[in-house]
Amino acid sequence: MRRKGKRSTGWLARALSVLVCLLAAGSWASAEESAKPTEPPASSPEDIARGLAQFRKMLTEDPWSNPAFLDADRGEAIWKEKRGPRKQSLETCDLGLGPGVVDGAYAELPRYFPDARRVMDVESRILWCMQRIQGFNAAKFLKSPHPASGQPVGEIGAVATWVASRSDKKSMMPRMAHPKEWEAVALGEALFNRRQGPFDFSCASCHGEKGKRIRLQSLAQLSNPVEARKVLGEWPAYRVSTAHVMTLQHRLLDCYWQMRLPPLRFGSETSVALIAYLKHVAQGAEIKAPGLKR
Amino acid sequence: MIERLAVLALLLAAATASAWGQTVGVQPAERARIDRALRAAFPTASAAWLKRLVPDETLRTCSTYHNAPPKDVGEAIMKRERATIKYPPDGKLVGDWRRGEKLAQSGYGMRFTDYPPKRENGGNCYACHQISPREESYGSIGVKLLKYGKGHNFGASETKTVYDKLYNSHATVPCSRMPRFGANGILTIDQIKDLVALLMDPESPVNK
Repeated sequence: MRRKGKRSTGWLARALSVLVCLLAAGSWASAEESAKPTEPPASSPEDIARGLAQFRKMLTEDPWSNPAFLDADRGEAIWKEKRGPRKQSLETCDLGLGPGVVDGAYAELPRYFPDARRVMDVESRILWCMQRIQGFNAAKFLKSPHPASGQPVGEIGAVATWVASRSDKKSMMPRMAHPKEWEAVALGEALFNRRQGPFDFSCASCHGEKGKRIRLQSLAQLSNPVEARKVLGEWPAYRVSTAHVMTLQHRLLDCYWQMRLPPLRFGSETSVALIAYLKHVAQGAEIKAPGLKR
Repeated sequence: MIERLAVLALLLAAATASAWGQTVGVQPAERARIDRALRAAFPTASAAWLKRLVPDETLRTCSTYHNAPPKDVGEAIMKRERATIKYPPDGKLVGDWRRGEKLAQSGYGMRFTDYPPKRENGGNCYACHQISPREESYGSIGVKLLKYGKGHNFGASETKTVYDKLYNSHATVPCSRMPRFGANGILTIDQIKDLVALLMDPESPVNK
């Protein structure tokens, strides 16, 4: 399954993630030992804020400790392996910069693809290539496209993680040259603001104002370029709380779940339009992929 | 020349796009476009679930005005939403604050993983509001509610205002971001009474 090249990176990431796990296990064990059947000590909001800030710092201090590099390695191997009914690799897949060009391609997505006659984000484009080049049946991937808590990200997500990592440190500049690309952004903006479902929520209900929180989780004002640039470049990201890589398609499904809407179809026009809108607002952001999130 | 025209067309498209997103709301043709995209986004949804995708008149109006309706439109919304409020037959609006606290903590209910329901729906109030001083993990989208009842002298009219606000937030603030817990069938009348108690009962930790 694994191929030559990039082994050293994968090895380092693996070793460090094991170390992270050991450290986490250690602190958990010591917390267990010190636990007494009394009330926990009262902590002030300042204590909580300090603790959270330290947790976030630890998450990002050593970029190589991000377990998502393991998935990026896996994604690269999947990209290069001859697979599917046609026994082809994805190495001729055109991510927008020409067949097989991966470096920098993610920075310009989503974009309009004349061969598919629609705007695609990285995940829907990878699936499209798997169908057209390798002959895979999309239904297999659409049935359960996202990992459950603790499960590794699927094949499309792993490839997306690798593709995104090959635009690391580049500026996010989704293409806005074709009328369909403008249409996608406009549709995404309307969807972002559309209130619906039994809770009357739109995306803007939580992400429409600066400096707000849900419980202790800070929320980015995603209609604001300054705020959107801080977070949009960090996807796909390893999520510590669910212990797997989460892609933007998965993140949107999660938002719609929380909004009490039905399961959002992977790669649907709606999901791609929302990604197109968010990335358009965040254009110019530095890509820091894969990211690391709470 | 053709290139210039194309650029002009794109600039126009750009201007239109930002204009209808930011100002006067979605034009009818565009609304049909959005409905179509949404319908395609949920191929597995049942008819009951698809109904959730259809905003009612109030939400449509709120979207049109970006949740800041002019005075007369706002008043029409308040009147329409006030008419949805149902009261307990015995007129008692204050329930049990202990149950209210549990409801305020719970975000359970109505997500697609919550069927068949394993427990009652929650109000998830702490997601957005600071309520009891004992709970430090609170959100800030809604106003702070510490000492709410005490601050309002536990008054009867204020108690009714809280009940109304919980039952249908648009009855007091048109285009409020808060869910219409009673009107949308999220919480029952008894659950709303328990949440009223959390804010308005002198014994509730909120007022200590």
